[in-house]
Amino acid sequence: MSETDSTTIRVPILARVEGEGALDLVIKDRQIESLALRIYEPPRYFEKFLEGRSVDELPEMVARICGICPVAYQMSAVRAVESLFEGEITPWVAQMRRLFYCGEWIQSHSLHIHLLAAPDFLGHQHIISMATEYPDEVRRGLRLQGLGNRIIALLGGRSVHPVGARVGGFHHAPSKIAISELLLEAKRAVEDAEALLRWLVTLELPQEPQDFISVALDEAGVYPIMGEQIHSDAGLDLPIAEFEQHFEEHQVPHSTAFHALLDGEPYLVGPLARINLHHKRLLPAVQSLCKSLGIHFPSRNMFDSVIARGVELLQATHETVALLEQYHTPQQPWSEFRPKAGSAFAATCAPRGVLWHRYQINDQGIIQAARIVPPTSQNQARMEADLRYSLNQFGLEQEEEAIKRYGEQVIRNYDPCISCATHFLDLRLKRV
Amino acid sequence: MSRVANRPTVSVHKFSSCDGCQLAFLNMGEGLIDLAQQVEIVHFAEAGMVAPERATDITFVEGSVSTPEDQERIQQIRQRSGLLITIGACATSGGIQALRNLQGEDWRASLYATPETIASLATSTPISDHVKVDLELWGCPIRSEQLLPLLHDLLHGVQPGKMEEPLCQSCKRSGVICTVVSQGKPCMGPVTRGGCGAVCPRMGRDCYGCSGPIDHPNRAALERCLEGLGLLPDTIQRRFKMIHATQFGGDHRREKA
Repeated sequence: MSETDSTTIRVPILARVEGEGALDLVIKDRQIESLALRIYEPPRYFEKFLEGRSVDELPEMVARICGICPVAYQMSAVRAVESLFEGEITPWVAQMRRLFYCGEWIQSHSLHIHLLAAPDFLGHQHIISMATEYPDEVRRGLRLQGLGNRIIALLGGRSVHPVGARVGGFHHAPSKIAISELLLEAKRAVEDAEALLRWLVTLELPQEPQDFISVALDEAGVYPIMGEQIHSDAGLDLPIAEFEQHFEEHQVPHSTAFHALLDGEPYLVGPLARINLHHKRLLPAVQSLCKSLGIHFPSRNMFDSVIARGVELLQATHETVALLEQYHTPQQPWSEFRPKAGSAFAATCAPRGVLWHRYQINDQGIIQAARIVPPTSQNQARMEADLRYSLNQFGLEQEEEAIKRYGEQVIRNYDPCISCATHFLDLRLKRV
Repeated sequence: MSRVANRPTVSVHKFSSCDGCQLAFLNMGEGLIDLAQQVEIVHFAEAGMVAPERATDITFVEGSVSTPEDQERIQQIRQRSGLLITIGACATSGGIQALRNLQGEDWRASLYATPETIASLATSTPISDHVKVDLELWGCPIRSEQLLPLLHDLLHGVQPGKMEEPLCQSCKRSGVICTVVSQGKPCMGPVTRGGCGAVCPRMGRDCYGCSGPIDHPNRAALERCLEGLGLLPDTIQRRFKMIHATQFGGDHRREKA
């Protein structure tokens, strides 16, 4: 294609992402003139309609932000309320929240690896066609996804918009019979997750190292799921209550989701960022399998995100087995919390990264103001920076179809959840 | 399972939503692979099938209409669809985001620095406000267990049954202990559509109405019951305005007076 060629293509929908967005790209003289990840998922105004609601209604309402990671929203919300109110959760509740969250990681990571990402690396359009060539791999993936859903349903009654969580703990403690049934399945799932990781390392992933800042929560002594501090690999170590002093969201005209910056710079949240910061806290069994498979972190290659998800999935299945083995029936599955007026903060590790909540609450437990910063809006600026870099490396002289496909892959590395950030991606490429 | 010849075509379209009802397909496990043998899935963007312009025999719609573009798109989808089936609270009632229909202020201005760049209608409305809907699946989210019998019926030329009974009947039939009677909890079961598997009462907690109202809910009677349980008027009103912001009605008492 000569430099004087001028072409405009419009691919109506980018598939295999959660939500509606588009990529607008203008290439002039073999250079990117403009690039915008355009999110047009309509806003749903959650932060506004939470005003005037009781904290008791929060778990039900915030879950509806995202069908794929409702547990993350519920856990950030109840932990925020508990950080302000007077009371204390029991060790049982802390363990069951970790189990609940492991279920969501297993479900979400498995869904992303098999339904959204793997077809890219295996030359398929979707999982249905992939299933004809890789039936065992697909079945294994769907089994893992099913396990994740069953863990969530154990504590939440169902996997999408679960109903078990409340301020102070859970409405209901699972029966020992339900625990022992799930334990059998979880033990088999460890083998599935190991086989999955062995398979993932055989995929031919593009090798494109680049510079970026990784940001993740820190949870004392363990691989983080809940968070107390916010860490970055550039030395940031911040209590979650001070998030707003360093992280700023701003509106860009092409998006209904805000762009977030850390001290003015794009940054990465999610599995790869977590593992870059905390790989030494993975369980010994997970570390040793990684070592034997030649998996090394930290990684600067965004395509290693799919490996990072596989590693976290294995970690979560091991943790699930351990948590189920230690299970005991509590006297009461929740503890009382007394309302108190003030600001409430919490952040947890959603499958896609840091999910930060802040509420202003009065002494009756009614929400006066809410602010929710989801992972995908934090990754948006980073995705645009990555696309600029990666498409240049890929070669802007390539065929449009190839550019489109590669751009979609770059975006999928971030597993964007556009419903969360506000959800269709279509690519409009213009050459001038 | 072998592939069915002359399979009906199916599409799944998304409007304003959380994507949770699409998971009723994506969480089917191997059922999803089997389903793809019995029907031809031509458009389902999240699953990787992209052909929004194709006409289909059965069209599932998730999400509510909340932008000017949505208003046009649903008309085009209707024209290209044989049966149009709405799935979930957003598509059937406007969803939780229809809470904005209840207030006067423009929320765009208080959330966005340049609200004029945000294409968003003042209301979030169900699909049936805009086009003819052939079948509705209520739930937030819908379940695979609702979807599969429906598809099974359609594939065999049977008119699918409608879930019209209240949650209370599901509880009675499956032996779930009543949370109102046994624990004095403010359960929404008497006015809420069944179909969810009585998931809340099974957990020992009160239903919060996420499957939407039955056809003729007796709101006034339930309000009196909730008053009797000691709930404050504000709390009672909020219970009727949550996942289905505008659908539980509120005029029964006035109508009767």
